Amino acid sequence: MSSTRHRLPVHVLLLVAGLLSLFPLYWLLLTSLSPTQYVVRVPPEIVPRELTFGNYQRLFETTPIVRWLVNTALIAGVITGFHLLFDSMAGYAFAKRRFPARNVMFWLVVSTLTVPAQVTLIPVFFILRTLGLLDTYPGVILPGLADVFGVFLMKQFIQTLPSELEQAARLDGASEWQVYRHIILPLSRPALAVLAIFTFQRYWNAFIFPLVILRDPSKYPVQVGLATLQGEFNTDFGMLMTGAAVAAVPMIAVFFAFQRHFIEGIRVGGVKG
Amino acid sequence: MPAALRRHGWSYLFVLPTFSFFVVFTLLPVVQAFALSLQSATVVGGEWIGLENYATLADDPVFRQALGNTVLFTAVVVAAQVVLALVVASLIQPLGHKHQTFYRALFYLPLVNSAILVAMVWRWIFNPNPFGLANTALGTIGFGPYLWIGSSDQALLAVILSAVLTIPGGGVVLYSAAMNSLPRELYEAAEVEGAGWFTKWWRITVPLLKPTTLYLVVIYTILAFQVFERVYVMTNGGGPNNATITIVQLIYSTAFQFGRYGLASAMAVVLFLMAVSVAIVQFRSLRSDVEY
Repeated sequence: MSSTRHRLPVHVLLLVAGLLSLFPLYWLLLTSLSPTQYVVRVPPEIVPRELTFGNYQRLFETTPIVRWLVNTALIAGVITGFHLLFDSMAGYAFAKRRFPARNVMFWLVVSTLTVPAQVTLIPVFFILRTLGLLDTYPGVILPGLADVFGVFLMKQFIQTLPSELEQAARLDGASEWQVYRHIILPLSRPALAVLAIFTFQRYWNAFIFPLVILRDPSKYPVQVGLATLQGEFNTDFGMLMTGAAVAAVPMIAVFFAFQRHFIEGIRVGGVKG
Repeated sequence: MPAALRRHGWSYLFVLPTFSFFVVFTLLPVVQAFALSLQSATVVGGEWIGLENYATLADDPVFRQALGNTVLFTAVVVAAQVVLALVVASLIQPLGHKHQTFYRALFYLPLVNSAILVAMVWRWIFNPNPFGLANTALGTIGFGPYLWIGSSDQALLAVILSAVLTIPGGGVVLYSAAMNSLPRELYEAAEVEGAGWFTKWWRITVPLLKPTTLYLVVIYTILAFQVFERVYVMTNGGGPNNATITIVQLIYSTAFQFGRYGLASAMAVVLFLMAVSVAIVQFRSLRSDVEY
């Protein structure tokens, strides 16, 4: 029992650190719900005296925020769908099948894991221009299919699956595609969940690539759209924080729904995720 | 060849989609970045100019500023993140499974938000007005008000603080997982010898966690090298007198605001070499590491 008493200061310390980390999020929500005259108050109020949805009303009336959210969901959703299919296929081949040049190909893929994405930004911009894909949704989606974190994740996971089931299915006359589709894919569900969440989060939050590739504000994902709301000198912080809150809520909801997978994902795939 | 194709056709088919995207949008672009860095590529065209872009960079005070800011940001932020992650994970470790899970989630939650949103809040917190939250908080203990992001002396500090003041949840989770797999016997032996908690932590836990520490240092360093959104949002892309300009910010403005693609590509190559050299250091020291 004495150990419980010793732990009280530890809990206090951890909670304070955790709440400090969460404070920007709280401040964001609070500012979004405060009437404009209180946003610029001296001193600012940590606990609100009056809450209003005025900022939300202004945001939805004066900006294409709904369109931006739909764009983001579309871009992140399509990229995630393709990654689930392609990465599990490639992960399966790299993990279980023997074929010439396998190791060279896998080594090439893995060696680019630490390359900063911005290194490829300018060449990708040129390639998309050549293909006529600048300022299009495919122009944002296709480069997103090139990131290889998922291949690595799926290969690591599929390697741990027993091979007997595959062999049994083959003896029963299953085609190679059927082996993948009916044996490997269902067994890979835990890894696919991790991959889906990380990929969706990553492209929900993507900024520099869509910023460079898209011109038409009606095609912007929400992160890029929000950045354009911010003026150089005069910024309507009430509305900006409200936009930020609207963009944050879906990711927070996803986190609470799939918490376990986030934590598992970091453990398997590392911080970069 | 047809026989080999028949035998291995499925394998290549499985790998083909991912590998084609990888070649077109990662592998070729990396090679092309090197090629572009040797050209005068601008919006109106370009020609091969050898290492001239690199010579321009070496003499460019703004690039040196960006390099210096990036390295300073990285050094401070990575040191803080690794220490914070280690300390928090160590504090969580002795707690029960339920509490561990709760705290890991608590520390990871702030990280699901995009760098843009986080930077917007910090811009609001560190705004130069007296009603800014940072100024109010420091005002209550008799400091300030400061200009923060409005001043060329304090803008970088504000950007660094915004990164340091968040517990690195990913690092906490990784340290936590690594600690769970440390051998109990060593601690029991140390207890027999009468070692206190600090001795056990400093002499056993910290050294045994070296592979995780190394991994985190490398990953956090490479991520910190790429700092962009914070600077773009908090200080309008560089701050007063380029006080907060970073390499990626300068790549972005050089290429996409000024159309000097060749010069920007040379900067990208510098960034690439920085990341690669950090990764090589990791692999070197991992090879010489003792596995436990």
